[in-house]
Amino acid sequence: MGVAVESRDQALVESPIVFDVAGLNVHYGDFHAVKDVGIQIRRNEITALIGPSGCGKSTVLRCFNRMNDLIETARVSGSIRYHDVDLYGSDVDPVQVRRHIGMVFQKPNPFPKSIYDNVAFGPKIAGFDGDLDELVEQALTQAALWDEVKDKLNDSAYALSGGQQQRLCIARAIATSPDVVLMDEPASALDPIATLRIEDLMQGLKENYSIVIVTHNMQQAARVSDRTAFFTVDMEETGQRTGVLVEFDETSTIFTNPGEKRTEDYITGRFG
Amino acid sequence: MRRLFLGMAIVSIAVSIAIVASLLGNAVGFFVDVDKGSLLDVGWFPRRNRFDLLTPIAGTLVMSLVAMLVATPLGLGAAIYLAEYAKPRVRRLLKPVLEILAGIPSVVLGFFALLWIGPNVVVELLNSPKPATILTASIGVGILVTPLVASVSEDALRAVPQALREASYGLGAKKSTTVRSVVLPAAVSGIMASLILGLSRAIGETMVTFMAAGAVGGALRTWNPLDSGTTLTAAIASVATGSDQVAGEALAFEGVFALGITLFFITLVLNWMSDRFVRRVRQKY
Repeated sequence: MGVAVESRDQALVESPIVFDVAGLNVHYGDFHAVKDVGIQIRRNEITALIGPSGCGKSTVLRCFNRMNDLIETARVSGSIRYHDVDLYGSDVDPVQVRRHIGMVFQKPNPFPKSIYDNVAFGPKIAGFDGDLDELVEQALTQAALWDEVKDKLNDSAYALSGGQQQRLCIARAIATSPDVVLMDEPASALDPIATLRIEDLMQGLKENYSIVIVTHNMQQAARVSDRTAFFTVDMEETGQRTGVLVEFDETSTIFTNPGEKRTEDYITGRFG
Repeated sequence: MRRLFLGMAIVSIAVSIAIVASLLGNAVGFFVDVDKGSLLDVGWFPRRNRFDLLTPIAGTLVMSLVAMLVATPLGLGAAIYLAEYAKPRVRRLLKPVLEILAGIPSVVLGFFALLWIGPNVVVELLNSPKPATILTASIGVGILVTPLVASVSEDALRAVPQALREASYGLGAKKSTTVRSVVLPAAVSGIMASLILGLSRAIGETMVTFMAAGAVGGALRTWNPLDSGTTLTAAIASVATGSDQVAGEALAFEGVFALGITLFFITLVLNWMSDRFVRRVRQKY
């Protein structure tokens, strides 16, 4: 981990803020999943959300594209500004939000369609009227999958390996030219080699996109991210568990010189 | 234990073979005895030695296809609503109701078709001169088959992994797009299975047609659902009611087996076709 972190030791250039989150609370029914989270996501950076199970990192991620709207009992309060738009404003259509903010899920979830149709799905439903073939090739190339699939675009996506399927899902997400790509533990179902490929891919993707990644794997956060947010589980006065943000800083700081004891305990493996 | 189960398997296979053998044997007997000219006639009147097989075949095809025209949109619509749109509380309430509907005895629906659908729908809405028509039976059978179609296709829709819906929403698809472009194609083999099941049930359905399609003892050949008519099953039932009469008319009795074997082959071909179709269009997930 040392080498990767040192190479980025100099302070990051402050690029423009894409998401500005303040006082974010999420409830699922009576369950207070996330409490008072404040965090900024910056353009062309990779921001990692780490922490133990149940700390609410995936919940926070799913606020960024309003995926939580799909859960009937979910309630979101506080403010998330996407550029200068209030993401949860009454005039914001979650469907439009998701066309700007792509998502890659924990388990590869290609559609039971051909490789081509998987990538073309997003552009098609958004009414894309340019050269679809070219767009599909571009997206697959960016996802480092083109060379492996260019001769079998009409084969089922299910014929691909797990790692290939996940890269296909990344290609599918970027085919709609999103502004941000959210990744929810994108490599947790993959073997180490496939994981490395995804990590390499992310480094290339951040040239064009802003990336937020949730990961269980601290080494992964240290290897790929520019900034890291560490979440943990707190007991509320009522005895209920709730997720809180402990510390948010440049990744090199979090991993070498964390400001909070709880962060240090977690990254050195004393907890979690 | 192993022998017991083997014995059971053998018995059930043996019974099936015996049924087909007796069907075939009697049907062959019928085709040998019958005056060949009476196999193509104006209609099916077994007690007058008019055995136009095309009459009950046409009746079956028309009745079951029209029934599926009723049951497919109703059943699929109900399934899509229950699986994709209904709130969990509504669904918990409606699903058992649907399953109760599936258990309504067909004789009850036959009665309902004859006394309510006939006069109120067929005569009033469609201006038919008579209430008891093939269409009357078709609507009744369609209602009878709807819960089956709805229940089986709802299971198929719910079996589509949530991850696929999330993938679709994550790409900025609306609910309706997700249902149409992701969930329905992924569930198509189950939905086809539900329609084939429904069609088989409609073809085999006897009581509703027997009571509501307006044929007494026999029927003229017709392809028009607004005429009275009979189907393979209803024709068998009407010959078989009053067994002493049948015993006196050997040829009419054997004719029943000719109908039976025809029914058997129609179902067989249908199963084979549906199997091939499902194999071809299935999207595996």
